[in-house]
Amino acid sequence: MTEPIVKIRGLKKNFGQLEVLKGIDMDIEPRQIFALIGASGSGKSTLLRTINQLEEVTEGEIWFDGELVNQKLPHRQRERHLNQLRQNIGMVFQHFNLFPHLTALENVTLAPVLLRRSSKAEAIEQAKILLDKVGLADRADYYPSRLSGGQKQRVAIARALAMTPKLMLFDEVTSALDPELVGEVNRVMKELAQEHMTMIIVTHDLRFAEDVSDHVVFMADGLVAEQGPPSQVFRAPQEERTKAFLQQVFED
Amino acid sequence: MGLDFTIIPEYLDLLIAGTWWTVALTVVSMAMSLIIGVVFAVMQLSRHRLVRWPVTFFAWLFMGTPLLLQLFLIYFGLVQIGLDLNAFVAGVIALSLHFAVYNSDIIRSAIIAIDDGQYEAARSLGLSQFQTMTRTIVPQAVANVTPALGNMMIALLKESSLVSVIGVMELTLSAQRAISDSFRSFEFYLAAAAIYYVVNLTLEQAVRITERRSARYR
Repeated sequence: MTEPIVKIRGLKKNFGQLEVLKGIDMDIEPRQIFALIGASGSGKSTLLRTINQLEEVTEGEIWFDGELVNQKLPHRQRERHLNQLRQNIGMVFQHFNLFPHLTALENVTLAPVLLRRSSKAEAIEQAKILLDKVGLADRADYYPSRLSGGQKQRVAIARALAMTPKLMLFDEVTSALDPELVGEVNRVMKELAQEHMTMIIVTHDLRFAEDVSDHVVFMADGLVAEQGPPSQVFRAPQEERTKAFLQQVFED
Repeated sequence: MGLDFTIIPEYLDLLIAGTWWTVALTVVSMAMSLIIGVVFAVMQLSRHRLVRWPVTFFAWLFMGTPLLLQLFLIYFGLVQIGLDLNAFVAGVIALSLHFAVYNSDIIRSAIIAIDDGQYEAARSLGLSQFQTMTRTIVPQAVANVTPALGNMMIALLKESSLVSVIGVMELTLSAQRAISDSFRSFEFYLAAAAIYYVVNLTLEQAVRITERRSARYR
């Protein structure tokens, strides 16, 4: 068996008095498509955000690609460590967070050029390929304000891919979209899955989770309540809480 | 004695030179007040008290006292501690710092108003704190407050007339020279006012163009 690309041990996270994560253990293998599901407030987004340290952790360990993510380091060294780490972890947000003052193309080239991954010409070349991949080659020179939600989110995916990450984090990326625009974003993610990009997907879209993932984690109250292949978690859940959650969601 | 504007052409050279100095004074001070304004704004948002403190001190000093007094202090006061600045430089320093403090206030609130998601997106790509600020946050913040900054710059142009009191031969002092020579105060003050007005119109136009440019992404 290969070494997991993400290894989480005894992870706890408090916001003040509030315990959001209460001790999470998790292994994510390279090329695995991981879906994190659960009710709002179960801690799944927080868990995702600790992996690239947008959220600091209170206790426990996160390992990425053999390196301890949440090392105790002096400020400057920690900055350098995090910048290095984040270059290898792509993230896509619920609200896109495209840079509105840059065109679609410039959004994609910003990081590779600034961080000297490639020359400007190479970055533009690469960005055009990525925009084409997400079906937006003809929108390269558009500012985000002139793109639809689905188009924005696809540019955001291209932006994250431009750093050739080893892992992609998706934080409820279709939750803010009009229903008719969800499909185009899901299609891009599915394509990535088929190319065996390692992905962790936080989602409320259970049908998509079942369709695309090969491992599902159901979280409740800051803990992993149940996990396994989608066929098991969705079709034959063992835990009462999972059953209750699924029933509630599919009733709506 | 009625008004006689035919006297003005005789002193045209003087007025043109004065206009030139006013424009130079304004443009240099504008650029510096904007640059220092951004630096101050970012410093004020620092987590470290030692970084914030000097800016707070400057803000207190330059907002709480009259510009005229600041000019005197920089031009006449600093000589006593061995810093003999020429009048133009002293004027630029006073105007730059005075308006930088106001600009930084405007820019700071604009930075705070930028959505956290912008910061997170930039950091998640691996950009450093500095790169995030300079490439994503500050450009948006400044674009959002171009109109407010434009108004400050128009005020700066007008306030630059104060620098006449320390002997910079800018437009106001040039007019005064013409008056003491010709005893035609009304004509020359009106002429100076008209020139200020024209320069101001040009500046307003420039602000409007900048506004349109910086907002083209909206």
